[in-house]
Amino acid sequence: MNMTNATRDLMAIYVMWLREMKRLVRAKSRFLSSLVMPLMFLAFLGSGFREVNFFGTSYISFLTPGIAGMAVIFSSTFAGLSVLWDREFGFLKEIAVAPVRNVAVVCGRIAGSATTSILQAMAILVLAIPLGFSTKPQGVLLSIPFIVLMAVTFTGMGLFFAAIIKDFHGFGLVMNFVIFPLFFLSGAIFPVSNLPSFLVPLAYFNPLFYGVDGLRGVLTGRGATNPIIDLSALVVFSIVTVFAGAKMFDRL
Amino acid sequence: MHAVIAEDISKSYDGIQALRGVTFRVKKGEVFGLLGPNGAGKTTLTAILTTLLKADSGYAEVAGFSVEEKLKVRERIGVVFQEPALDTKLTARENLEFHAMLYGMPKKEREEKIEKGLELVGLRNWADTLVEKFSGGMKRRLEMARAFIHRPEVLFLDEPTLGLDVQTRRNIWKYIRKLRDEGVTVFMTTHYIEEAEKLCDTVAIMDRGKIVKIGRVEDLKRGLGEDTIYVEFFGKVMEEELNTLRELDGVKEVLASDTTVMILTSNGDRIIPQLFSVLSEGRVKAVRMKTPDLEDVFVRLTGRRIAD
Ligand SMILES: Nc1ncnc2c1ncn2[C@@H]1O[C@H](COP(=O)(O)OP(=O)(O)OP(=O)(O)O)[C@@H](O)[C@H]1O
Ligand SMILES: [Mg+2]
Repeated sequence: MNMTNATRDLMAIYVMWLREMKRLVRAKSRFLSSLVMPLMFLAFLGSGFREVNFFGTSYISFLTPGIAGMAVIFSSTFAGLSVLWDREFGFLKEIAVAPVRNVAVVCGRIAGSATTSILQAMAILVLAIPLGFSTKPQGVLLSIPFIVLMAVTFTGMGLFFAAIIKDFHGFGLVMNFVIFPLFFLSGAIFPVSNLPSFLVPLAYFNPLFYGVDGLRGVLTGRGATNPIIDLSALVVFSIVTVFAGAKMFDRL
Repeated sequence: MHAVIAEDISKSYDGIQALRGVTFRVKKGEVFGLLGPNGAGKTTLTAILTTLLKADSGYAEVAGFSVEEKLKVRERIGVVFQEPALDTKLTARENLEFHAMLYGMPKKEREEKIEKGLELVGLRNWADTLVEKFSGGMKRRLEMARAFIHRPEVLFLDEPTLGLDVQTRRNIWKYIRKLRDEGVTVFMTTHYIEEAEKLCDTVAIMDRGKIVKIGRVEDLKRGLGEDTIYVEFFGKVMEEELNTLRELDGVKEVLASDTTVMILTSNGDRIIPQLFSVLSEGRVKAVRMKTPDLEDVFVRLTGRRIAD
């Protein structure tokens, strides 16, 4: 019991991460079914628009990083919102009364959700190959920091909204008024520059825009913005949302 | 000296006063029971003492630390909430394992304590089963095990036997006594009279956010001073026999009906032996005594019954 605060925090992070992994392994079918929607987008949009030439590359090359980003925003936001399930089943109280700091618990949840996101994004990149997508191994490696930062941002955002909506009834609201707008304003399925001009500035406040653009940059070399800028923007977003999420976590 | 100190604690939830100036102390090593009907404020008080809720006013100390020092208090307590608080997608062992890790127990000690805990609550054969498959009683037993594997100084149990069958309830009582014998202080809430009487050393009776009476169980009952002794006679009761009984020390009232006498007294257990010396041999056929229970105490204090 004489652990320093730092070791204690690390242990809490590890426990929350491990819990997420155990649950993930036990709910393989849920993991697989969460891949279905992104893959449908990939397969149908990819083949439907295969004739379209995007800045000298195929549409599938343009689309795949976008869909990987889509998988990450969905899975991470849900991971954040899943705190509502923990509250429903009472487990949140067990955590609340444990001698650990909230911020460590939040970081552990984020670590778990980031791991899941990496697995999902990788699965999508691999499954996109038979559909005509190609990239280099170092591109895949470089994509990891972007995936992680997106996962951090959106898990924090999910926690934040969990505290606002309070119960599952608000779930559809978050879906319709947060996730989908962010997705359509991200340049995931078409370039942001094709948006009506009054909407374009909104994209610059959208973390998913930087995530998708960064992925596109490192995977296909065709981002709209320098990946370093994308990465820096994501760092800022992730810091803000983690603090907002941890702050709101107290209110649950 | 004291494991829990509460001084004038008040708490209201937008307008509803859940606690109105609660003051009490729990001695180290005792089982302290908070007895009260639904809505008395038991869960609210437990939440404040376990650092989950901030009181509007007042002071509370647990295991030597103010509840403001959340981590210090949390390290030293174990809690079983009124509502289940397990991760049902994990096994029993995993629930305990994660708990022990969060409380900073080293691996070896963890394994040992988990094994012992599962053994004590009789869940050894279920250690690797997902908790979602457990019955309510099994879940409660697992939560008991979880609350004490990290050796807390003070154990908080909010209605630990609510809704459980008699068998499981007895088992939970057994664990609580065992923990008390090992020196753990237990703070528990209940609205079962029997549970408070049989298990608790000290009982605080709570009603509508206030503690209306506090003391050792026997003292509370004695305070009421109303044992009723029924004496059945061989044949009709005689007037001089009634007078003899009225003379006894501590007898308040003696009422007779045919062959039975009803004695109201403050100390029934002292009166009974005297019956045989003051009455002629062969007169008494049977003796029965009813002592007041905590329900009677509650009714006397509030004019209502605990169970609705
Ligand atoms: N979160 C809350 N918001 C508003 N009112 C609350 C809240 N929690 C409790 N109350 C109210 O505070 C009072 C005390 O509730 P509490 O749950 O502490 O009682 P209790 O003694 O634990 O009751 P029970 O036996 O039903 O568990 C009740 O009137 C209850 O309605
Ligand atoms: Mg309660």
